Amino acid sequence: MDSYIETPELREQFETPTQQKETSTLGMWIFLVTEIMFFGGLFLAYTIYRKEFATVFGLASSTLDAAIGAANTAVLICSSFTMVLAVRAAQIGSRKALIVFLILTILLGGIFLGVKAYEWNQKFEEHHVPGPAFYLEGVPPGGQGPAQLFFSLYFTMTGLHALHMLIGEGLMLFLLWHAYARKYTPSYYTPVDIGGLYWHFVDIVWIFLFPLLYLIARHQH
Amino acid sequence: MITEAVQERENYLNTSHGIKSWLLTKDHKRIALLYLHTITFFFFLGGIFATLIRLELLTPKGSLVSADTYSKLFTLHGVIMVFFFLIPSIPATLGNFFLPMMIGAKDLAFPRINLLSWYLLVIGGCFAMYAMLAGGVDTGWTFYVPYSSNYSNTYVIATGLGIFIAGFSSILTGLNFIVTVHRMRAPGMTWFRLPLFVWSNYATALIQVLGTPVIAITLVLLICERTLHIGVFDPARGGDPVLFQHLFWFYSHPAVYIMVLPGLGVISELVSVFAKKPVFGYKVVAFSSVAIAVLGFLVWGHHMFVSGQSVYAGLVFSFLSYFVAIPSAIKVFNWTATLHKGSISYATPMLYAFGFIGLFTVGGLTGLFVACLGVDVHVHDTYFVIAHFHYIMVGGTIMAYLGGLHYWWPKMSGRMYPEAWAKLSALVIYLGFNLTFFPQFILGYLGMPRRYWTYPDEFQVLHVMSTAGASVLAVGYLMPLVYFMWSLRYGRIAGPNPWGATGLEWQTPSPPPAHNFEETPVVTTEAYDYAALAAMEEAKVG
Repeated sequence: MDSYIETPELREQFETPTQQKETSTLGMWIFLVTEIMFFGGLFLAYTIYRKEFATVFGLASSTLDAAIGAANTAVLICSSFTMVLAVRAAQIGSRKALIVFLILTILLGGIFLGVKAYEWNQKFEEHHVPGPAFYLEGVPPGGQGPAQLFFSLYFTMTGLHALHMLIGEGLMLFLLWHAYARKYTPSYYTPVDIGGLYWHFVDIVWIFLFPLLYLIARHQH
Repeated sequence: MITEAVQERENYLNTSHGIKSWLLTKDHKRIALLYLHTITFFFFLGGIFATLIRLELLTPKGSLVSADTYSKLFTLHGVIMVFFFLIPSIPATLGNFFLPMMIGAKDLAFPRINLLSWYLLVIGGCFAMYAMLAGGVDTGWTFYVPYSSNYSNTYVIATGLGIFIAGFSSILTGLNFIVTVHRMRAPGMTWFRLPLFVWSNYATALIQVLGTPVIAITLVLLICERTLHIGVFDPARGGDPVLFQHLFWFYSHPAVYIMVLPGLGVISELVSVFAKKPVFGYKVVAFSSVAIAVLGFLVWGHHMFVSGQSVYAGLVFSFLSYFVAIPSAIKVFNWTATLHKGSISYATPMLYAFGFIGLFTVGGLTGLFVACLGVDVHVHDTYFVIAHFHYIMVGGTIMAYLGGLHYWWPKMSGRMYPEAWAKLSALVIYLGFNLTFFPQFILGYLGMPRRYWTYPDEFQVLHVMSTAGASVLAVGYLMPLVYFMWSLRYGRIAGPNPWGATGLEWQTPSPPPAHNFEETPVVTTEAYDYAALAAMEEAKVG
């Protein structure tokens, strides 16, 4: 399957390298549109229940540690920055810089996932995982159900986001391996380019998740 | 019996041999044939369930199967036919084969993704068949909660996963088509020179890409609800079951247009070539496909008039649903105008096209009945609705699919099908279809609810008529299966352009060479320019 990467010349269905690159990029953009629709279903569910159970959602939200969330957001934004630098390095043909920035991106992504795992673990200890043992202090009578709903959405949304992060880490490792094997040149680095698009998209999803899950009730305190 | 001419020339069928050359092929034409085999299998599998349903309904009291089995039969019929036959049907076979050829490309933009999408459909199908063999699923193809999430003891998760995986197949096909139409057109092939089949597949691809991810997340939530009880659809935790219906229909209503839009494109091709006239109002017909795709996303609530949706939402959805009739009617009127003073030939594909236009019109007009709030309260969940959507799905999509298959068969196989048998099959299918489904309009109007295995005695006459029609229909569907296979060996050699059609796919030998064209074609004429084609033929002879 890698024949075209080893010899970055034109694949048979295309006429010119420009056509090949534009085609791949458009393909990735359309894929990202499908991702927006995919996450859109969850954002819709969140919006509806947030409106219906505003108080309980606020209470549940304020149990999340906004400082950790903010730090993690910063980590992710930095990883997007190193990703941009990686694409730039590929563009100007600097193999060493490409490898360094890809490794940095992978590390930052890893830190994000590590922090996420720590946060998830906390939820288990605090009985904030939906199920028979669930209990959230301070909610009005009948509020335990909607509070569980908040944490269900929290786990589903951050879980699917983390899954996308894991896929992104896999992609980055693939790019790293190929960068190490000198497969990218200034005239052929499309995989780095579209891998970067994917990485930024996953970041942007988090940029929406963070305020919705962590900050939504901050003004009340 | 195979004449030497066909054997000698290298084409996509004889360029390499062996099972591996098919299972690892990146040629869009071979992948189309892989799809053709797969969906034919699923069509007849779904047909077996339909047969059992119709046999059960011969008598008012359940006599063939139990009530539980009956629920599984109509569920599996719906799941298999919708997700594993109708959704992939025309785009994945005829679209896959001809969309690149029609725009003068060597292949789709992403050939490996194209192969992957076939594998995903097969894997999804395996999940669905596992569910079927392990004990079936009884929720109906709509999987409404809370029955599907909390109560049903059948294989909901396996079926849901199967549909989830097959959904990726559909998304990837759509993505491939969009990128291909944008980036792979031959020199001179401008947007308004695209054959209308390409336009309708493009519009379909937009829906596949925008709609399918929503059913994917819906199924993820359903599976989470069933396994982890996350409560998103569970009133006990403040969740709302109606949210499931909104998410489900946000995909599944546009999915109706995934199923029928490619068929509308096929009919535009057929009407033009067998009347030997350019399609009347080309641009309007092209845009009407896009309009259907866009409007299709705005009407999902008309499935929920009686689900406790607010009356005002119902009013808006009802109003918008009527709008879909406009682009649909534009197509029907423009086809009629194309026929006017045309030099009409009654070859088999054209018979299917005529059948399509009639049945699609009936299906479309009864769609207006059910889009009307007051009438829908009366006919909701009755056989009236069943009849309505079968007129669109079976009378529309399958007629167009078969018409297209007959039309392009000479190009795909290099050989003609037997004309007399094919005409007979078109007639048998048309009569069988109407006998099956027209009585169901009456049944539904009189109050026969859908999904019941037993009914009052006075409905029996209509049910017997319907079952009789279904047996005629089954014979009609088996005939092409037999004579198409027969024609592979004994059919007359077709030649490059047996119909005198204008599309680029007819400017290359039948079957086409592996890379479609000897050299990249340059397009200088509008679509359906029969005068230019005649001049070109004359120049060749001269």
